[in-house]
Amino acid sequence: MNLKLWISFGAAALATSAAAQDSNDLVLDGNAFLTEIAAPSHMENVDTIYSGWRFRTSETQALQSDDFDNPGMIFVDQAIDLWAKVDGSEGKSCASCHENVEDFAGLRPTLPRVEEGELVTMENIINECRTERMGAEPWKWSKGNMTAMTALIGLQSRGMPVNVAIDGDAAPFWEKGKELYYTRVGQLDMACSSCHEDNYGTMIRADHLSQGQINGFPTYRLKNAKLNSSHGRFKGCMTNIRATPFKEGGEEFKALELYLASRGEGLVVETPSVRN
Amino acid sequence: MAKGVKPRVKVPKSASAGETITIKCLISHKMESGQRKDGDGKVIPRSIINRFTADFNGENVIDVTLEPAISTNPYFQFDSVVPESGEFKFTWYDDDGSVYDTRKKIAVS
Amino acid sequence: MILENNMTLTRRKVLVFGGSALAVGSLAGAPAFASLTDNAIAEMTGGAEIGEGAITLSAPEIAENGNTVPISIDAPGAAAITLFADGNPVPAVATFNFGPLSASRSASTRIRLAGTQNVVALAKMEDGSFQRASTNVKVTIGGCGG
Repeated sequence: MNLKLWISFGAAALATSAAAQDSNDLVLDGNAFLTEIAAPSHMENVDTIYSGWRFRTSETQALQSDDFDNPGMIFVDQAIDLWAKVDGSEGKSCASCHENVEDFAGLRPTLPRVEEGELVTMENIINECRTERMGAEPWKWSKGNMTAMTALIGLQSRGMPVNVAIDGDAAPFWEKGKELYYTRVGQLDMACSSCHEDNYGTMIRADHLSQGQINGFPTYRLKNAKLNSSHGRFKGCMTNIRATPFKEGGEEFKALELYLASRGEGLVVETPSVRN
Repeated sequence: MAKGVKPRVKVPKSASAGETITIKCLISHKMESGQRKDGDGKVIPRSIINRFTADFNGENVIDVTLEPAISTNPYFQFDSVVPESGEFKFTWYDDDGSVYDTRKKIAVS
Repeated sequence: MILENNMTLTRRKVLVFGGSALAVGSLAGAPAFASLTDNAIAEMTGGAEIGEGAITLSAPEIAENGNTVPISIDAPGAAAITLFADGNPVPAVATFNFGPLSASRSASTRIRLAGTQNVVALAKMEDGSFQRASTNVKVTIGGCGG
């Protein structure tokens, strides 16, 4: 079933929203971004995967279609300053070791990944640099400097297809993430799949449900006018279904991040995306 | 000076004399409306950018009065005529008395 | 009246009193609230006649979030345009004064809307006349950022 058909379902709930998804092409600086592709073979219940961009109104879509209009870029600019800022006991900045942030092109699509038996995310890698090489305090998972830096580094891979390893060392983490995805929790007794697999494209009250793809994170949300980490978003979802959220940066959310990344395999990195 | 304020401006690098160009301006600012309350129920005082101006070679293009209903990270797009080569000056005025400005040169042929 | 009939003023009756005063207040308050915009416009125009058709106000019919609603105004021949949001606690949004180097008398910005309401634009034209445009924006709540 194609997205348009799903949208017509949603449109019944909120009659005038149907036109919002007419624009299916995300074009940035003349480059077309792929926003739908056949689902990876490990997804049993979904045929086609779609970027969350496809589920937004044309006004919200437009904000991501121009880098100047994209408010997430404000934070990318801030991260460029942070990149060169010396911090910690070793007198180093990011730039002391990594001359060009462009060198990180290709990193975002492969994360999270397993290193020495541990599942690591971009936040882990940044904080390891800070504590081990800069002698600086680690940044908090979803605070402004961290989301700005993950946006700047993620941006270097914009347009590259998500391609995380889910076999070998990663398999147990991926299985754990999958289990979490399908486990009903909270007073509303809902799993991730209840909204983002069984009901994407329909309206939950006034909101148009997406597939919960994370290829655009950190994402600038109109709701709070800042960049949001994927773990921050997971926490929000769990709170919405009246569950006790897991900890940002904890084993559960890292595993879930890997599993969700794998559900977006083939979609391209959109960091920093703009959502409602 | 409010924290983390950073102007961004998009102006074409060149134009022909008398041409109309489109300018986009964005500044990172919380635009605290004065309508919100903190965790203790106390009103968070208003702190916004209250005026934005764009001038070209000393002559005004647009002068905007902002109220708290302008979104976080105020954004403006408008059109200007460029009669000759010169410099745009963009100025933002903060409630706290701070003034932020940035300049952009344009070559007119 | 109540006090005359029954001199013992109970807590409950005070509440009833307060409640009815509140009810009247809010009934009277609703139209007064909406007219804050009309009052502001009347003040700006000095009661002059306001035309329509020479100003275009573009806004989404439905805004996904009231925090950031894109708005565009375009009024050829305008000296200044003021935007109002008639359902906001403070209706005034912004005033655009066009200088000598302004090309088109148009501008775009992003505004906050406290809920579904009318956005009103009032243009003062260079000849001293006024133009008005208004559009309703439905503001939805909720969102998952995925």
